[in-house]
Amino acid sequence: MALLEVKDLTVTFGRRGEKPVRAVDGVSFSVEPGQTVGLVGESGCGKSVTSLAIMGLLPKRGVEVGGSAQFEDVDLLKLSTNQMRDRRGRDIGMVFQDPLSSLNPVLPIGKQVTEVLERHRKMHKGEAKAEATDLLTAVGIPDPQRRLKDYPHHLSGGMRQRALIAIALACRPRLLIADEPTTALDVTVQAQILALLERLVDEVGSALILITHDLGVVAGLCDTVNVLYAGKVVENTDRYRLFAQPRHPYTSGLLGSVPRLDAPRGQALTPIRGSVADALPWAEGCAFAPRCDNKIDTCVSSTPQLEPDAESRRLLRCFNPVEKPAVVEEVTQ
Amino acid sequence: MTSLLTRKKDRIDELAEHGDSLSRDAFRRLSRNPVAILGAVIVLLFVLVAIFAPLLAPKDPYVRYLIDEVRQNSPLPARDGFPLGADQNGRDVLSRLIVGARQSLIVGVVATLAGLIIGMLLGGVAGAVGGWVDTVLMRFVDILLSVPSLLLAISIAAVFKSANQWTVIAAVSIVSVPIFARLLRGAMLAQRHADHVLAARALGVPERSIVLRHMLPNSLSSVIVQATLTLATSIIDAAALSFLGLGDADPNRAEWGAMLGDAQTYFDIQPSLAIWPALCIIVVALGFTLFGESLREALDPKNRR
Repeated sequence: MALLEVKDLTVTFGRRGEKPVRAVDGVSFSVEPGQTVGLVGESGCGKSVTSLAIMGLLPKRGVEVGGSAQFEDVDLLKLSTNQMRDRRGRDIGMVFQDPLSSLNPVLPIGKQVTEVLERHRKMHKGEAKAEATDLLTAVGIPDPQRRLKDYPHHLSGGMRQRALIAIALACRPRLLIADEPTTALDVTVQAQILALLERLVDEVGSALILITHDLGVVAGLCDTVNVLYAGKVVENTDRYRLFAQPRHPYTSGLLGSVPRLDAPRGQALTPIRGSVADALPWAEGCAFAPRCDNKIDTCVSSTPQLEPDAESRRLLRCFNPVEKPAVVEEVTQ
Repeated sequence: MTSLLTRKKDRIDELAEHGDSLSRDAFRRLSRNPVAILGAVIVLLFVLVAIFAPLLAPKDPYVRYLIDEVRQNSPLPARDGFPLGADQNGRDVLSRLIVGARQSLIVGVVATLAGLIIGMLLGGVAGAVGGWVDTVLMRFVDILLSVPSLLLAISIAAVFKSANQWTVIAAVSIVSVPIFARLLRGAMLAQRHADHVLAARALGVPERSIVLRHMLPNSLSSVIVQATLTLATSIIDAAALSFLGLGDADPNRAEWGAMLGDAQTYFDIQPSLAIWPALCIIVVALGFTLFGESLREALDPKNRR
C-alpha cells in the first residue's frame, strides 16, 4: 500500500473581484514507503503549492483545496487544524529552500531542535538535548555541543541546511518533503546535502518527496519522477526512462536546456521558447501548446489526458509525444 | 615558533568559541560607536543624578532661603552658595534642577513603560490574531494617531479635574500607545509570512508558541528602539504640559517644564532662570535620541555579517 496517495489535488487561489487562479490542477501521484519521488518543473508550475497543500500550510482564506491526500489511512486534507498540527513534524517533515530564512534568527540552533523533540516525542529537556547532539552529529555538523548554543547567523549556508534537515528528521517522520533543498546552496555543498539526504532517508526509512527544478538532482536521487506543467502532471515515469527517452515535449525541452558533458563541444543549449506565463488554460487545450515544437491541431482544440503509454511504460499527457529523444542518445546510469 | 603557532591557534579557537547572542552582538557594535557612547553617557549621568538627587542637591529645593531679598529685586543671579542663582521665590535653582531630573525620569520612564505595555498589547493582539480584531483595534489606534500628539496630551491632561504627576503620566503615555501598537503590529504581520514561521508551522509548533517564541521576539527590536526614542519625547511632552500649566498642581514641585514656565515672567531680568531648565530638557532629550538612533543602527539586521 502506498504511504501517500495524492488524488486529483486542486488548489485554487481566489481573490474577491478577481478571476481565481488554479495553481494545481488535478495532480495525482503516489509515494511508496522508503521511495523517493521527484516533482519537477519550472518556477510557477505548482510544485511548492502541491507540497504546502499536502502539509496543510496554505492560508485558509482565499485558497480552495480539492481532491484527496491519503496518508496511510487518513485523508490529510480532511484533518482538522489541530490534528494536522500533530502530524506535521512527527509523521511528515519538511525541508525548505532557503536555509537562511527558515531558521528563527533569535533562537539558538539547539532550542529549535529540542522544540520539536519536546513537543512530538515528549522528551524532557536533558533527553532532548542529548538527542539534539546526536542529530547534529548525524547530519555532519562538527562539534555539535557548541553548535547547539550558536545562532543561525553563525553557521554557513550548508551548515544551516544540515541543521534544518536535522530538525526535519528529528522525529523520524515516515515522509519527508524537501522543497528545493539545494537551490540556495553552491554546487559543492549541494552535492554534500543531497548525499546526506539520501543517506538519512535510507537510515530513517522515510519516503522522500523531492521538489526541484534541477534535473541533475532528479537524476541522482529520485526513483520516480513527476514532471509538472501549469499545475498538471504531464509525464510520470522512473528516472532511467525519463532521462533515456523523454516522451513529453516539455520534459524533452527541459533535458535539452541542461548542459551535458557528453555533448559535442560548442553545441548551443536549446532553451524552451517562451515562459510559463504563456500557458493556455488546460480547459481549452494543452497548456504547453504555445511553447511546443510538436504542436498539432488537436493540441489547441482538446485537452490531453494523463494516460498510460504501454510502449514506453509511463504516464503521459500528450497528443503528439516526442518519438526520438532530443539530445540524449544513450542512457548513462 | 611552535609557541607562536599554538598561541595563534588558541586565539582562533577563542574567536570561534563565542556563540554570540544578538544582544551581545548589538552591544559590541554600540560600544564602538562614538555617538552611541555620547548618548549613553548623557543618559547614564541623567539617571544617576535623578537617582541620587537628594544627596546631590546642595540645598533643599523647597525652602525659600532668600525670600526677603527676592521681594525687592526678583530672581537673583549667582552668588555664594547659589551657583545658578535663586528663583523668584528665593529657592536654589541648582538644587531644583537636580531634583527636577528625578521628576523627569519618573514621568518619562513610567509614561513610556505604560505606553509600551498598552501599545504592545494592542499591536501584538492585532498582529497575531489578524482579521476583524486587527481591523477594529487598528482603527481605534488610527483615531488616536490622527490627533497631533501634543494636542492629544493637552486634551487628556485637561480632562482631569485636579492635575498631579499621574495625570501627566497618563496623558503622555496615551500619546505613545498608537506608535508602539502600529510598530509591533507591522513587525508581527511581516513575521507572519516569514519563512522561519512557515518552517515552524511545518514542524507542528502550536500557534501560541509560534506567536510567543517565533514572531514576537523577532518583532521586538524596532519596539525597543522606539521605546528609547519615546523616552525623549515623553520627557519633552511632560515638560510641555507643565509649562502650559497642565502639570502637577503643586507650585512648589521642582519640575523643569514648570520652572521654564515660571521663568517667562522674569526673562528680561534673569534669563538664566529659563536657560538652565531648557538646557537640561534639550540635553537629556538629545541623549536619549542619540542613544536610540545608534541602537536602531546596531540592531539593524542589514548591519550584521
